[in-house]
Amino acid sequence: MTEALTANRIPLENYAEVVGAGEIEELRALAKPLRGRSIEMINSTAVGGGVAEILNRLVPLAEELDLRIRWEVMKGAEEFFDVTKSFHNALHGEPYHPRPKDFEIFLSYNERNRASLRSDAEFVVIHDPQPAALIDARQPGLNHWVWRCHIDLSHPNRAVWDFLERFVSRYDAAMFSSPEFSRQLSIPQYLFYPAIDPLSEKNCPVDPEFTQQVLERYQIDSQRPILTQISRFDRLKDPVGVIRAYRIVKRYFDCQLVLAGGSASDDPEGALVLKDVLRAADKDPDIKILELPAWAPLEVNALQRASTIVVQKSLREGFGLTVSEALWKKKPVVASAVGGIPTQIIHKHTGLLAHSVEGTAYQIRFLLSHPEIATKLGENGHEHVKENFLITQKLKRYLALFLLLDRRQ
Amino acid sequence: LNVAETPFDFVTASYLTRIGNQSAGTLAELLTGLEHSSDASIFHHTFQTLGLHHFLTEGFSNDFAQWTLASTNRSDLAEQLAALDIRDYTSIAALRSDLCRVVRDFCDAYPQFASQSGLERFYFCESVEVAVSLGRSARTLEGFREAVAHLSHAAFYYHFISSRLRLQLQTNDFSHWLSDSLGLHTLADSVNRIDVYTNTLDSARAKMLRLIDRERRKA
Repeated sequence: MTEALTANRIPLENYAEVVGAGEIEELRALAKPLRGRSIEMINSTAVGGGVAEILNRLVPLAEELDLRIRWEVMKGAEEFFDVTKSFHNALHGEPYHPRPKDFEIFLSYNERNRASLRSDAEFVVIHDPQPAALIDARQPGLNHWVWRCHIDLSHPNRAVWDFLERFVSRYDAAMFSSPEFSRQLSIPQYLFYPAIDPLSEKNCPVDPEFTQQVLERYQIDSQRPILTQISRFDRLKDPVGVIRAYRIVKRYFDCQLVLAGGSASDDPEGALVLKDVLRAADKDPDIKILELPAWAPLEVNALQRASTIVVQKSLREGFGLTVSEALWKKKPVVASAVGGIPTQIIHKHTGLLAHSVEGTAYQIRFLLSHPEIATKLGENGHEHVKENFLITQKLKRYLALFLLLDRRQ
Repeated sequence: LNVAETPFDFVTASYLTRIGNQSAGTLAELLTGLEHSSDASIFHHTFQTLGLHHFLTEGFSNDFAQWTLASTNRSDLAEQLAALDIRDYTSIAALRSDLCRVVRDFCDAYPQFASQSGLERFYFCESVEVAVSLGRSARTLEGFREAVAHLSHAAFYYHFISSRLRLQLQTNDFSHWLSDSLGLHTLADSVNRIDVYTNTLDSARAKMLRLIDRERRKA
């Protein structure tokens, strides 16, 4: 185990401007009975990925509330991460035939990490399948262990899930991002939404001049409607489907399409998808395909803010936090009804859901024809994110869970 | 100045959503779920959801109506489910009974729609309330007003909406204290009549503060 150090600390009080002083007072009230209590967060990576991003924000905020929180990252070698990557894909439903050796590798790395685990923390939160077998370190009656699963377990590979379930069922509770992602388990299961940080570079207010510069850099016309999908170049994000929807809309509205994502150069699958996207775009000057370096958070922020409509036409999705990011910026969103998206998009209230290319195009046309409805959806969406999908709300859920576990002891 | 013998103790609550093992893909399955889900689940999808979506002041009533509209595209049934006003009920059993009646009548009248699959499934969940004291109390109307003005949404929701279940759905914490401890029955009634469907939590609070100010001017 290695202790992860958090970066870019933002004081809790700074969030009062965004969520209100009452919310901060409430966090302090919930944390008061837990003051000085020890919490251990354990995952498998300190950088990259949504879990590390959330823990980077959550841990310093919990420290400010006088909780003794530590974030530890399990150590592994290539063979372990190859196995857990295969497990991850298999749990998402991809075909996979695990070898007995795969399970052995998984267990042996969990065992090695167990040796250096500080397992006396009063609350231990294990993130995702990689460290799930650390539960073997639990001593009866000593503390509370909970498992936070960030992935979709609705259609898991049977062999991998059966193997994992014997560990999961020994936790006090499991948390999932959507009811749809959960399994029938013997332990209580709670809904824990992922969250965005309203003060991070990706979501903080941006100087309109900077936004204009970003548009000019990519030759995007601010005077015409801009449709945007922010996603890596992945078939499951259906970028080609977005182009098809754009082409239908283009018959009625002189709009532009921005497809922006991380660089595909180090991802062989991503490079192939990008090739397909470029082919589908067919050199249309109003389709901007942007490979942004390491996600360039401020540029993503500016592109989202400059958009007329944000699209998320995924075929499958985890939670889809890009939707929350857009809603936070009061943008009308048209998105597929998959994964965690319907939790964020309450159809006709905080955005519009679609189920096909044609449906996506229809909803975009509807919003371009009714800007007043688009504005209202964006405003409602902002409030929905404020109530449910901000990092302060996530912290509040953790505090409530710890209090609940403590009271039920 | 009227000083209450029993102070109003302000509390806040955080709610965890517990995922149940029941879900529905059709209207017939929704009916089964409504018949068999826990009281806490009915409460979650009606009262709790109203708090979570308080900023929606047009056309949102409860999760059952929203799912019926968005997933099964049955706007006629959705309208009937949305029309059930939680303030009319004095028990979860009565609310459940009416929800079941509405869905059952629809399924009987249109059996061809009862087993038609919705676009997404409906998952029955429950709210688990974790309440803690804010360490603040009031004995006078002035002190009460000051505290209410600065409550978080969750604390306001706890006292104004969630409390209705504890109080047999007939009043709320605020009205109960104003009436029982300060003897301000008219003010208590007016506060209780604030429409939770057409107000956000902020606008409901603003109305309540206006009512209190009017009462203070009378004194």
